[in-house]
Amino acid sequence: MTAENPSPESPAVAAIRSRWPDAVRDVAVNAGQFRVTIPREKLIEILTALRDDPVLKFDFLVDLTAIDLSPAVPRFRMVYVLRSMTRREELVLKCEVPEDDCRVPSAHELYRCVNAMERECYDMFGIHFTGHPDLRRILMPEMFTDFPLRKDFPMVGKMSDQEWAEWIVARAQRTEGDPA
Amino acid sequence: MAEGRLTALHVGEEREEGGALLTTLDSVINWARKNSLWPMPMGLSCCAIEFMAAAASRFDISRFGAEVARFSPKQADVMIVAGTMTYKMGEAVRRLYDQMAEPKWVIAMGACASSAGMFRTYSVMQGIDHIVPVDYYIPGCPPRPEMLLNALIELQKRVGEDRSFRRTNAGLMLGTKT
Repeated sequence: MTAENPSPESPAVAAIRSRWPDAVRDVAVNAGQFRVTIPREKLIEILTALRDDPVLKFDFLVDLTAIDLSPAVPRFRMVYVLRSMTRREELVLKCEVPEDDCRVPSAHELYRCVNAMERECYDMFGIHFTGHPDLRRILMPEMFTDFPLRKDFPMVGKMSDQEWAEWIVARAQRTEGDPA
Repeated sequence: MAEGRLTALHVGEEREEGGALLTTLDSVINWARKNSLWPMPMGLSCCAIEFMAAAASRFDISRFGAEVARFSPKQADVMIVAGTMTYKMGEAVRRLYDQMAEPKWVIAMGACASSAGMFRTYSVMQGIDHIVPVDYYIPGCPPRPEMLLNALIELQKRVGEDRSFRRTNAGLMLGTKT
């Protein structure tokens, strides 16, 4: 797919449309890259199909992240950037996630690289990935309770440096074998 | 030790009688300490690159006896915190500082280590002096290698004037906040 030869529909989008006629809620194209909005319930099904299709071969998950769209409803949007290494085409899948049911099926069985990405997404946005084998915080410490990239989180944080210093000193003094 | 060299080293109260050197223990110990300040580089971000430049041949930190960068805290004298210290990294910084043998000194290299620089965020501690006593702050983002050398020279002066056996937990007086 090149900008000089814009196609009205990528083969991947056409494939999704043909198999799940109701799943394609929105298609946008930017610089030859197609962005498809699909329902959360169909996410794993469609990811599996795109990965295993012998023609499409989206064998590489470039990135996985979320966006906090508040005050919009539904609040969150998941973004999956897929790439076919053989066909050199990228495809972006998006799905909406409501705040009161903040969970997305994990894709770790399809792409093993998402393990860390989903942990980061959970750490920063508080989105739960159901089926993830080890959904812990990855960047922030375990004791942290907030989700820093949510828009209602104050950028300077909620703990003072004094509180952090006490936590750091206590952590630094524990010996091996102590609980974390 | 050659006679002429002793004078240049400013070992206090020295005089030579029959091949013996009389001085104070403080002078000799401090002279040794200040000319062998082995740094432990805590290279947390881009300031570490400037530290590497200071250690390399152009700036040559070995001119001041501090070229022996030790990555074991047990062998290091001065911790050079070069870079942005996140809260999570603070645990490692504090633990390594605790493991350094006395006497020990800390140089906060650059704006981030001194005051978090531009990072007023949820993840970055606003200056390492919240968890370790700092002896010398170096401004700059990043500071030039010469500024690190200057800090080292100033630290050497201070070490030379210190009471070698009476260093308290409060650290050296200059810039010590905690």
